[in-house]
Amino acid sequence: MHLSTADVEHIAHLARLALTPEEVEQYRRQLSAILDYFETLKQVDTSAVPPTATVLPLRTVMRQDAVRPGLSTEDALANAPDREDGYFRVPAVFGED
Amino acid sequence: MPQRYYPVIGMEVHAQLQTASKMFCGCSADYWEAPPNTHVCPVCLGMPGVLPVINAHAVEQTVRTGLALNCRIARFSVFARKNYHYPDLPKGYQISQYELPLCRDGWLTIVGDDGQPKRIGIRRAHLEEDTGKSLHVDGHSLIDLNRAGVPLLEIVTEADMASAEEAYRYLVKLRTILRTLGVNSGDMEKGAMRCEVNLSLRTAEQAARGEYGVKVEIKNLNSFKAVRDSIAYEIARQTAVLEAGGRVEQVTMGWDENRRRTVLQRTKESSEDYRYFPEPDLPPLELSPEWIQRVAATLPELPDARAARFTADYGLTPRDAGILTAERAVADWFEQAVQAYGGPPREVANWITGPLFAILRGRAEARGEGDEEDQAERTEGGDIASLPIGPADLAALIKLVDAGVVNRNTGKRVLEEMVATGRPAAAIVEAQGLAQVSDESGLAQVVDAVLAANPGEVAKYRAGKTSVLGWFMGQVMRETRGKANPDVVRRLLSQRLDG
Repeated sequence: MHLSTADVEHIAHLARLALTPEEVEQYRRQLSAILDYFETLKQVDTSAVPPTATVLPLRTVMRQDAVRPGLSTEDALANAPDREDGYFRVPAVFGED
Repeated sequence: MPQRYYPVIGMEVHAQLQTASKMFCGCSADYWEAPPNTHVCPVCLGMPGVLPVINAHAVEQTVRTGLALNCRIARFSVFARKNYHYPDLPKGYQISQYELPLCRDGWLTIVGDDGQPKRIGIRRAHLEEDTGKSLHVDGHSLIDLNRAGVPLLEIVTEADMASAEEAYRYLVKLRTILRTLGVNSGDMEKGAMRCEVNLSLRTAEQAARGEYGVKVEIKNLNSFKAVRDSIAYEIARQTAVLEAGGRVEQVTMGWDENRRRTVLQRTKESSEDYRYFPEPDLPPLELSPEWIQRVAATLPELPDARAARFTADYGLTPRDAGILTAERAVADWFEQAVQAYGGPPREVANWITGPLFAILRGRAEARGEGDEEDQAERTEGGDIASLPIGPADLAALIKLVDAGVVNRNTGKRVLEEMVATGRPAAAIVEAQGLAQVSDESGLAQVVDAVLAANPGEVAKYRAGKTSVLGWFMGQVMRETRGKANPDVVRRLLSQRLDG
């Protein structure tokens, strides 16, 4: 499976990663190799295996609808690079998609 | 002849479920007016190494809603990650459902544009989590994550609606069902219920070939009125584009409430790529048929069933039954009044849908909620519970009319006074001397005086223009300040004019 430079740049943008041209080329080769391995896996006959969304044996793990104390605002904001009046303060996002 | 274009409309509604805690953690879901970032924990802040756990009550409320919307409930459903970046989404993904939602293939019934019942298909209803709130101030944004993780039910229709009115009626019906179930407050202005519309236009030929026009999405709809107005606007805009020989672009529009028009938000080229995949932190949900049955047994009487009962048990017309069941509060009020009254329920229905609703519209206007046409945030009579009088008070008034103590028109005035003052009907009639005058000799004097003063009209009547009788009735009513017993007056007039 051959990924193009544009494919890698698109994926990097979706993940909000800023890559140098060298990195793009490096990841292009590595991701292509990973997809090649999936080509190998696809040779296994899975026609009799139902698709699954999980490999865990667990099902229907739920909790009762009860309120429990969380973090203080001070703790919640402790790692924030910037804050204002109890809010996380971030660069303007208005107008961006 | 100009080409005619037929709208094809679908809708997505996001409804916050009324749980105590959030969808995947124990933080309080009651974020409204809470100071910022006070209902947060490592789970809903998206900190590394935490595990979400599904709120059982949210699942139950979703299944209740699915059953009420005639959906198939999935015995097996899976949560999925919807990946995108925005500061109000701390994990970088929203936990939602994608391929295997909890509910699918349902419907609800509205009154179609032709006046007949019309089914609106429900494609799916699934459970997800709300995002935080962003406050955009000069040059930066402030993020409050109290709302992040609040359980959200997304309800997606088939593209079954054909007009702004049908879309509006769907939304009203859905809200009534959600409120009846007690799963959502239905408050669009507070964002507890949010709506997105998709809309395309097509010609009859396209429809016959099973083809669709280009689909446009409309977002930022914060009220029922905005939904109706934005659809009407988009239909007109797209029709103009097509009539001018142009092409409708596949875009996302936003509704600008101030300018009362849709504005371009996003083109197709920049549309999102969400890369859904099954949520590895949450095991699938497996619901047993017995559990689903138990939930089904807890469903309350839903609006359609209640309307059917009103028609069958109370002899109401389907139209009146529909109006009275559009809001649970109105239906409850009506049934209590019927009980207190003891007479024909249709009488109570007429008083509520006629004079009482007129008074409620007047009150809404006085509060500055727009004119009658625009009073779209509430369904008719939705604020009935705010009245200073109760169902038994209306019943007492109707009894006074039945007994002939006041005539029907005076009764309406008494009702206005009751709503204005909160006083019972009998006290108002007593204090204002409104009791109906049925005394024949007294009324005969008034009738004679009116006839004597209008010989010309008498001549017209005797010449065959019998419609003048109504005019004479009006004159007598004016002389008696509306208190005359109309039956007695009519008889006295006939005796003199026809005799």
